[in-house]
Amino acid sequence: MQMPEPSARIIGLKSQLVERFRAVLPADAVISDLAETRAYECDGLAAYKCPPLLAVLPASTQEVSEVLKICHEMGVPVVPRGSGTSLAGGAMPTADSVILGVARLNQVLETSYEDRLIRVQSGRTNLSVTGAVEANGFFYAPDPSSQLACAIAGNIAMNSGGAHCLKYGVTTNNLMGVTMVMMDGTVTEIGGGHLDAGGLDLLGVICGSEGQLGVVTEATLRILAKPEGARPILMGFDSAEVAGQCVSDIIKAGVLPVAIEYMDKLCIEVCEAHAQAGYPLCEALLIVEVEGSPAEIDEQLALIKDIANRHNPVELREARDADEAGRIWLGRKSAFGAMGQVNDYMCLDGTVPVSKLPEVLRRIGELSRAYGLDVGNVFHAGDGNMHPLILYNANKPGDLETCEALGADILKLCVDVGGCLTGEHGVGIEKRDLMRVQYSPEDLEAQMRIKDIFDPNWLLNPAKVFPLDASAPRRDAA
Amino acid sequence: MTVTSQEELAAAIRDTSGPLRIQGGGTRPYGRPVIGEVLSTAGLSGVTLYDPGALTIVVKTGTPVAEVEETLAKSGQRLAFEPMDHRALLRTDGTPTIGGVVAGNISGPRRIAVGACRDFLLGVTFVDGSGTLIKNGGRVMKNVTGYDLVKLMCGSHGTLGVMTEVALKVLPIAATEATLALRGLDPTTAIKAMAAALGSPFDVTGVAHDGDETLFRLEGFADSVAYRTGKLSALLAPFGTAKAVADSAARWQDIRDAKALSTAPGDIWRISVRPSEAAALVTAIGATDTLFDWGGGLVWAAVPPGTDVRRHMTGGHATLIRGTSDGPHFHPEPAPVAAITQGLRDRFDPRGILNPGLMT
Ligand SMILES: Cc1cc2nc3c(=O)[nH]c(=O)nc-3n(C[C@H](O)[C@H](O)[C@H](O)COP(=O)(O)OP(=O)(O)OC[C@H]3O[C@@H](n4cnc5c(N)ncnc54)[C@H](O)[C@@H]3O)c2cc1C
Repeated sequence: MQMPEPSARIIGLKSQLVERFRAVLPADAVISDLAETRAYECDGLAAYKCPPLLAVLPASTQEVSEVLKICHEMGVPVVPRGSGTSLAGGAMPTADSVILGVARLNQVLETSYEDRLIRVQSGRTNLSVTGAVEANGFFYAPDPSSQLACAIAGNIAMNSGGAHCLKYGVTTNNLMGVTMVMMDGTVTEIGGGHLDAGGLDLLGVICGSEGQLGVVTEATLRILAKPEGARPILMGFDSAEVAGQCVSDIIKAGVLPVAIEYMDKLCIEVCEAHAQAGYPLCEALLIVEVEGSPAEIDEQLALIKDIANRHNPVELREARDADEAGRIWLGRKSAFGAMGQVNDYMCLDGTVPVSKLPEVLRRIGELSRAYGLDVGNVFHAGDGNMHPLILYNANKPGDLETCEALGADILKLCVDVGGCLTGEHGVGIEKRDLMRVQYSPEDLEAQMRIKDIFDPNWLLNPAKVFPLDASAPRRDAA
Repeated sequence: MTVTSQEELAAAIRDTSGPLRIQGGGTRPYGRPVIGEVLSTAGLSGVTLYDPGALTIVVKTGTPVAEVEETLAKSGQRLAFEPMDHRALLRTDGTPTIGGVVAGNISGPRRIAVGACRDFLLGVTFVDGSGTLIKNGGRVMKNVTGYDLVKLMCGSHGTLGVMTEVALKVLPIAATEATLALRGLDPTTAIKAMAAALGSPFDVTGVAHDGDETLFRLEGFADSVAYRTGKLSALLAPFGTAKAVADSAARWQDIRDAKALSTAPGDIWRISVRPSEAAALVTAIGATDTLFDWGGGLVWAAVPPGTDVRRHMTGGHATLIRGTSDGPHFHPEPAPVAAITQGLRDRFDPRGILNPGLMT
């Protein structure tokens, strides 16, 4: 992975920066020791690593503002960081950058059940937002699988999704407002306790901007009443095409499940070996979950079973109680972990129109054979967000490169059929250089203009999202 | 000026010195009036792609909303955000277009449950003020590839670019609907009742208060609607006896279009606030007629001509929808936000020729 040459000038500023940061932050919030900055050398895309020049851990919006003012004045790049679980290298530092971690900003500032919102500091973890309101029967809907660890700050930056977003939407659909510190230290409030923008929808642009427009320190999030109950049904099919068709038919029939998850044979086998969830060893498996009262669930599941039966399932298993429901989800939830135990893998994140799923699965199979690397498929089928897992051997020279080439071809295929490069993980450094597959030079220019306005000197997370050569003139000018 | 293709549109914008007044159906003439040559999108019309199994439709922006809705209805689907028709309230005629809906982020009562137009917009193609054709987003439901200009264009009222094509997520039409009504609640109590409903697990898809009645809509499969109607009535018992209304669909259409205010005298404002602040605000501004939608989060208010309701607001935003005013029609922004907005306008429309001043 190519990154810009670190600036010797900035590296030379290290001791001066430490001194200035210490003047505005407590001593333990400034991390300069190599042994300690190493903790920030990578995120969830652990194949790429580089310790930052320094890391700082401010504990208030004011402290964030002070840090940014200093970096702005001295022309030092800043990489914002939540919990470091990004799978796209979004939080990966460069040797001449300061990591600004928001982990100490973890307080709940306000909860209002009448207005159905919660205001939190952005370093708070996703799951602990729900934790703060669940005793009152509420929850925060976006639920990335990493929700125990990942922070709201990262969720906003990546516009993260989750298993239940088919019904509840992703982060951008549940975000009402932010407090954001601009690179020059200016504190702005965008959105708030009300719905929708009065002027241009800046909140919509900030969400998903991968830490390149400002540092988010607080967020107002929509909370929802918990449903009365939920129940999954598991169905197995003897071909990917048929499973794909079944997904499409369920959606067309007017049922709106909260989740439709898909797994192929390779993943089923690995999960069975790991979790013994009792999955049938078939070509394709679907887990469909619906919500409501027991009677409402019965009504929806009856419809879904009808549709499934028209496709001759090899297995159709409805959870009868919480225990069985747990077993149905067990394999799916442990899929990534299980796969990680048997092999090195790279996880892709392209989205395709749901109606193209059968075709795309077939062509991924062809590509997999052509490259000689196995690909497992486990993903959110209801919205077409695929997660092909390419298996490779990190110790075998050349295997990572072959894997990346296959990954790029799969993502190009997703774009070719009308989809996109990334549905929820973000571009980061990982898909940066593939952006031209999806966007014309004019499209990219329009996006870079946005960064010009928010961060004219291109100091925030500069070498991400856009192909390096596309952003170079702007980064160099600054 | 009319154009029939996006290429023609791009050329026309490059060749003009403006200013241009961008027009879909011309049925929503609010915002500060724009003086300029009319650029109509009427020639950009038709459904480009409709994929019911993927819940997606791609349409050119000049397509009448009615045509989009008919196309969807044939497959049992709809625009779930329930876009308002402004014709009664603004006393306009003409044919509302899908481009106008997106440009205004026009959403109706179901917004409270499923999201606004901006939440259903998957992709846009537009020509900016320099005549450059730009695409963003796509036609899939999950897409975080690059910055989200889709949201930026939605609600930009033709000031950053002229949209030529939009991709929208659609949803199935519910099998049945039912509406419960409580009578005679004052606004404060009505908002409490609406909060109770929205805080319940019963999936209400509309909650409004028109001064006389407080309405609660439930949608879905018949048995489920019947079950939740029972549950919701019980939940609302402390506020009175909830009765089913006979003409549910018609009632929500009237709320969507703020019809009750169409004959009200004075200026009409559309106010987005925290529901818990709505009742006090209505008193403070001296509203002569009101309609609360979104559980109180959306307030339609008629006030004596010349009243600036924003003087009484501490949060949220208000837009003058009908009436004349020397003050701003759109809500003034705090300085740092206004600076970003201005920066974006300067970049996307450097000559300031697209609906100049409309959003002020
Ligand atoms: C096992 C596993 C499962 C996952 N499952 C999912 C899933 O189901 N769905 C999904 O969408 N993602 C998933 N992810 C990806 C990841 O968890 C998400 O992208 C998450 O939102 C990142 O949050 P974070 O706090 O760890 O952010 P980080 O990794 O720290 O940072 C992510 C991005 O946010 C920026 N950023 C961080 N803080 C700020 C701030 N205060 N202001 C501005 N920008 C900031 C960073 O610069 C970076 O670009 C998964 C990851 C793992 C490891």
